[in-house]
Amino acid sequence: MFLIHCPYCDEDRPEIEFSYAGEAHIARPQNADAISDAEWSEYLFIRENKRGIHCERWWHTNGCNRFFNAVRNTVTDKFIMTYEMGEPRPTPEEIEAARDDD
Amino acid sequence: MKFSARSLFANALTGHKNWPEQFPDKEPEKQYDVIIVGAGGHGLGAAYYLAKKYGIRNVAVIEKGWLGGGNTGRNTTVIRSNYLYDESAAIYDHSVDLWDGLSQELNYNTMFSKRGVLMLAHNIHDVQSFQRHIHANRLNGVDNQWLSREDCKAFLPILDISERPHYPVLGGALQMRAGTARHDSVAWGYARAASQIGVDIIQNCAVTGIRRSKDGAVTGVETEKGFIKANKIAVSAAGHSAVVMAMAGLRFPLESYPLQALVSEPVKPVMPCVVMSNAVHAYISQSDKGELVIGAGTDQYTSYSQRGALHILEHTLMSICELFPIFKRMRMLRSWAGIVDVTPDRSPILGKTPIEGLYVNCGWGTGGFKATPGAADLLAYTIAHDEPHKINAPFNLDRFTGGRLIDEAAAAAVAH
Ligand SMILES: Cc1cc2nc3c(=O)[nH]c(=O)nc-3n(C[C@H](O)[C@H](O)[C@H](O)COP(=O)(O)OP(=O)(O)OC[C@H]3O[C@@H](n4cnc5c(N)ncnc54)[C@H](O)[C@@H]3O)c2cc1C
Ligand SMILES: [Zn+2]
Repeated sequence: MFLIHCPYCDEDRPEIEFSYAGEAHIARPQNADAISDAEWSEYLFIRENKRGIHCERWWHTNGCNRFFNAVRNTVTDKFIMTYEMGEPRPTPEEIEAARDDD
Repeated sequence: MKFSARSLFANALTGHKNWPEQFPDKEPEKQYDVIIVGAGGHGLGAAYYLAKKYGIRNVAVIEKGWLGGGNTGRNTTVIRSNYLYDESAAIYDHSVDLWDGLSQELNYNTMFSKRGVLMLAHNIHDVQSFQRHIHANRLNGVDNQWLSREDCKAFLPILDISERPHYPVLGGALQMRAGTARHDSVAWGYARAASQIGVDIIQNCAVTGIRRSKDGAVTGVETEKGFIKANKIAVSAAGHSAVVMAMAGLRFPLESYPLQALVSEPVKPVMPCVVMSNAVHAYISQSDKGELVIGAGTDQYTSYSQRGALHILEHTLMSICELFPIFKRMRMLRSWAGIVDVTPDRSPILGKTPIEGLYVNCGWGTGGFKATPGAADLLAYTIAHDEPHKINAPFNLDRFTGGRLIDEAAAAAVAH
């Protein structure tokens, strides 16, 4: 079980308090009737499924009940950082600087 | 070398010390007609059928670890075909048909045991949805029958059918042709049979890249043992399929999750069939060695760590004890995880890709062991004809753009 740092509660809490909510930074297209089937499919179904550094959403369901984003290494399962909703995806340099997993 | 009563007896005389190597570990040639990435049951089986049915023998199966060390060697071996939709019934039942003669075909005991899979109904919703499944299955010629609560008890004597407040058993759906097989045996049997007719199996050799020509067609794979040429490449890499497809520049509708299982200490026969309960979220069978084989759910997050969380196992064991209080004091021997590739509609992707010469068999997720012979056969067909067989045609990649999904999420509600 993970210990996950909720950026709102500012505490490390056990994983069972949280729900995973999929890949982060996927915005629903605003022009749904104008885009192609392929673009719509990309939004609905295609995921990075990255082996390595992955940006993902978590939901502190049994805590403050807010969504936030996290960067995790999907090979080691180690969390590298968490950040508030609405903040941009961290740059590779920021992620590299925060890493202590290898 | 053929296994027979005679060869067994002859080898017994020399203390079983002179059996020949069953599947030689090869170094790669420079070029093959077909390269299959991933030596799980699906990839090895596809190589076997390519050589056997279509005479395409210049084939290599390339594996990053050891053969059968992926999900083939990590699964709980439930085999069944009682899926809801016509397309699924056809593909899974095709596989069960092949399981039937597989030991004879491969001259290798896969220990396919049609002990029956019983799905328990605990509430009105279960009863209605199982009966719908039974009717749909029967229309497709797939066996499945309704058992009353008493019939369930007669079939599975340790079942508690009393009026208990939690999860009373209201009845069950039984597929009698369903059951289990010996997982390793399937990989070894296909590997042995394929290598006897010319297929090279190359282990400890990860594929690290897929090379393409200027016009886009594949020309070979980069591996830890160098570049190997081939104009046809099939990817059958289960949990790592998305990673391998990315080497060809393709993005896939797949997410990879850890899925765990565990076995107990061995005990005398007590569980005559496979039991599944979607409502309680558990399933269990007993291996021929006597261990209870218990499957857990996936973790909630994507991962390639091949390791799941303990609380998932605790939840599973709570469910098992709720259903079968008799097992409360059983000790568990070991647990492990595999990485399963899950599609949005819980159905596989088996066919061609937008890249010429590149084929794919993936997305079997939590339930592709049962499909091993069928998927292998259909993948071989697709490679040999450069077009899908009518059974796997609906399981194309385009369905995620066109919208014709095959939504088996309900049938796959418990990971199996
Ligand atoms: C715990 C658990 C329980 C399960 N229970 C059931 C069940 O009861 N019934 C059922 O039907 N299904 C079950 N499944 C699912 C089933 O195991 C799989 O769907 C099936 O075994 C997939 O077979 P495969 O041959 O495609 O994959 P695998 O056996 O995983 O083979 C894929 C191979 O590709 C190799 N590979 C990956 N990347 C590379 C690379 N870059 N280069 C070279 N090789 C590579 C891997 O090392 C691996 O050996 C379960 C799975 C798990 C994990
Ligand atoms: Zn919080």
